[in-house]
Amino acid sequence: MTAVNAPAPPGPLTSMEEAQVRELLGREPNALELALFGAMWSEHCCYKSSRHLLSRLPKEAPQVLVPAGEENAGVVDVGDGLAVAMKIESHNHPSAVEPYQGAATGVGGIVRDIFTMGARPIALLNSLRFGFPNARRNRYLLSRVVAGIGDYGNCLGIPTIGGELFFDGTYDGNPLVNAMCVGLLRHDQLVRAAASGEGNLLLLLGNATGRDGLNGATFASVSLGEQSLAQRPAVQVGSPFLEKLLIEACLELLAGSLLVGLQDLGAAGLTGSGVEAAHRAHSGVEIDVAAVSRSEEGLTPLEVMLSESQERMLAVVRPGDVAAVRQVLDHWGLRSDVIGRVIARPLLRVLEGRSLCAEVPIDALTEQAPSYVWPEAAPREMRATASLPAEPLELLAHPNVCSRAWVARQYDQTVQAATVATDGADAALVRLPGSRRALALCTDGNFGSSDPYLAGALAVAEATRNVSCTGATPWALTNCLNLGSPEQPAGAWELARTVDGIADAARALNVPVISGNVSLYNEAAAAGPDATGDGGFPGMTRIRPTPVIGMLGLLDDVGQACTIGFKRAGDVIVLLGPLGGPLDLAAEVAVQRACRDAIAQGWLHSAHDCAEGGLLVALAECCLRGGLGARICIETPALDVLAESPSRIVVSLAEEDLPRLSGTPVLRLGTVAGDRLDISTASAPVCSLGLEDMRHAWEGGLERWLTESSAPA
Amino acid sequence: MSAIPRPLTGARVGVVVFPGTNCDRDTVAAVEACGGRAEAIWHGDAASLERWDAIILPGGFAHGDALRAGAIARFSPVMARVIEFAHAGRPVLGICNGFQVLLECGLLPGAMLRNDSLQFRAGWVHCRVEAASLFTPLEAVGSVLRLPIAHGEGNYVPAPDDAPTVILRYCDAAGQISAAANPNGSAQGIAGIARGSVLGLMPHPERACDPLLGSTDGQLLFRSLLRALVEA
Repeated sequence: MTAVNAPAPPGPLTSMEEAQVRELLGREPNALELALFGAMWSEHCCYKSSRHLLSRLPKEAPQVLVPAGEENAGVVDVGDGLAVAMKIESHNHPSAVEPYQGAATGVGGIVRDIFTMGARPIALLNSLRFGFPNARRNRYLLSRVVAGIGDYGNCLGIPTIGGELFFDGTYDGNPLVNAMCVGLLRHDQLVRAAASGEGNLLLLLGNATGRDGLNGATFASVSLGEQSLAQRPAVQVGSPFLEKLLIEACLELLAGSLLVGLQDLGAAGLTGSGVEAAHRAHSGVEIDVAAVSRSEEGLTPLEVMLSESQERMLAVVRPGDVAAVRQVLDHWGLRSDVIGRVIARPLLRVLEGRSLCAEVPIDALTEQAPSYVWPEAAPREMRATASLPAEPLELLAHPNVCSRAWVARQYDQTVQAATVATDGADAALVRLPGSRRALALCTDGNFGSSDPYLAGALAVAEATRNVSCTGATPWALTNCLNLGSPEQPAGAWELARTVDGIADAARALNVPVISGNVSLYNEAAAAGPDATGDGGFPGMTRIRPTPVIGMLGLLDDVGQACTIGFKRAGDVIVLLGPLGGPLDLAAEVAVQRACRDAIAQGWLHSAHDCAEGGLLVALAECCLRGGLGARICIETPALDVLAESPSRIVVSLAEEDLPRLSGTPVLRLGTVAGDRLDISTASAPVCSLGLEDMRHAWEGGLERWLTESSAPA
Repeated sequence: MSAIPRPLTGARVGVVVFPGTNCDRDTVAAVEACGGRAEAIWHGDAASLERWDAIILPGGFAHGDALRAGAIARFSPVMARVIEFAHAGRPVLGICNGFQVLLECGLLPGAMLRNDSLQFRAGWVHCRVEAASLFTPLEAVGSVLRLPIAHGEGNYVPAPDDAPTVILRYCDAAGQISAAANPNGSAQGIAGIARGSVLGLMPHPERACDPLLGSTDGQLLFRSLLRALVEA
């Protein structure tokens, strides 16, 4: 089906915006200048449709060292003089047209954001969404995205320790690939990406510049259509080997205090990088495109300025340090070009040799970028969530419930020798060097809710609950807002509601938002019955609002970390939290605190969040991870074993410790026993499942689709 | 494994860093945790290796695994010295990518194919110790080690008429060799081989030296090496 009334192609400015440029410059801009504005004023670079909303997020907290929006990533103190830099970012559109490179360069980009801060990247996580795997293209996208993420992170030697994967019809044609990176640094290693000091030189490090990724920022800021496959040149090509050399070289340069500032090249390439670095220092930059090494001939100044060739960094260097910098770069076999200098006047000046190609005020490209408040209207009807099967073994084998081992085994999870081994925990644990303390990390989106406010709030609730289930205290979060076009009232409404949901939950749970990314225009030409036409572009399917939360928790003693598997026959199994009902943030806070307190006191044997598939799936996972069965008798009619209501944790503990649980509703469910999961209500048996049958269903769930020979037609 | 009573201080282990090596820091830390002294050696350094008691080629993606794993690294200046070092009967250990480099440079026989799954494989495996070596004491033969793997090309193919000494084979937790316990299709379930003083293995012992990380079985190899060096 052809998209009609699709948004204007990445021209990329509207006529109103062009008029605004003319007014700001006080003259007619040339083609290069217009292109610079087009890139810097794209949603991807300036958040023009979301900026006014993002101020609603709570950003302040005592542990915050670098708040959201100031630098390439947020930074929080984690004690002992150490700090963590982290951020999550989308690479959705590139992955839709070229899944392997799209996903790989998504990892590369987020890793650069982290080491730019002076932090050594220590962990990668991700969040993935695809259409259901019964369609061949969705299976292809999934397997190539996983390979791309794995190959890039594995080569860098950064463990990919966590993630999530969900399928839904609204992601047909517009999969979501969100990558998160976590870095560790000492407080004194923190660097700012600022181009300060008039006369300091700009060095471009790493890859040569070519046409790959040209206009990537604007490509990311429009909807996908039939013409999108023809936009493969807007997808970058990654070299993790080169990135690994850049990490080592840049960390060595920073350790030697040889850099004034360091900024990665991401969206809008050299333009975005130079402008952001100048903006932070209230200075200007002068760039000579003729000095930039090229990977192909005949590049115009515009192409050099907007290329998104990967694995490039912009370093600000004192003239007297250039020789010492070059010595380090030579050691690592890295190219560097002196491409310009810092100037006092706050301008971006683009030269080609001696001729001036563009001269634009930095403020005009940044502060004065347009900000839109689009009219909002709730869609006529909420989209129903695809229902899960009720038959227990079918439920365990469902693509949205089953084991993710097929994905995880393609990721190196143990490199850097800091990944704490568990039998399965709700968050991955990474030990901090030289101590018993650990970071708890996870990514979470909420899948069950069609209300965007709840999707945002529940994602925060679930992510904090997951780190609390290990015993860790929620400490900071990063977020990625994946939504449809804000230019349609329903899309604008979804965006605003999503941000409000995240903001309210983060405040209630006392977690600062330290970084994030907004990915709008996630919609694709509809094919088939999933086309909703509910206020979006006719013929386009807007994705389900998908806020993704990347969560950091702090654990004081890694030896006390709690995992999900049942540990001991005879233990009592208890449900903590409300039996049902809508999200109540006070109840959420209480259940997490009760769980953390019990873990800290050392008498909780297991803890597992109730999520997809409700209590039934949670219990099955506790059994499978622990290799033990359970006898459950539910005497409360109000409790539905399949309901996915929030704020609930399944725990197991010794009978005599039961009275110690407090501060949250406590419901005794049964005992750990035997090798079957038997569930009954007061009136009738619900199910009786053998461990091996459950294991077969759960572990084989994805593989049945993805092993080529056995994939259903 | 039981702790070795005497301190193993003094032995000096050089850990070669190629561009793209990414397990050098883990390997240095593991050797030091086991009582040795370890330092990095840059691949471009062609100086004599006399000051070292043993050399380790750690895991990673030397030169980005361009062409195939280890194919470029064998030409790094340090490798001529490593070959001399091995020919003098001194210990060389290649882990994962380091094993691939040892195959490419001819210090060990055979070659690697891509994993039979055609996918990267990461996770925990069991390996049975098949024979004694500098890195595996006689009393450990027959025991089962739990170690992590992380590789895309670990499908070992022996050279015709040049059988190496098999030191480690993939097995199940009970020590049984089977296709199901083989993560990559390697011939005869081979996970590690030795010739003289040179050992190559695909699993990562340096990531299995701390109970919090899931296993301390990796210490066996480092402690055996360090003990042999101290006693030498």
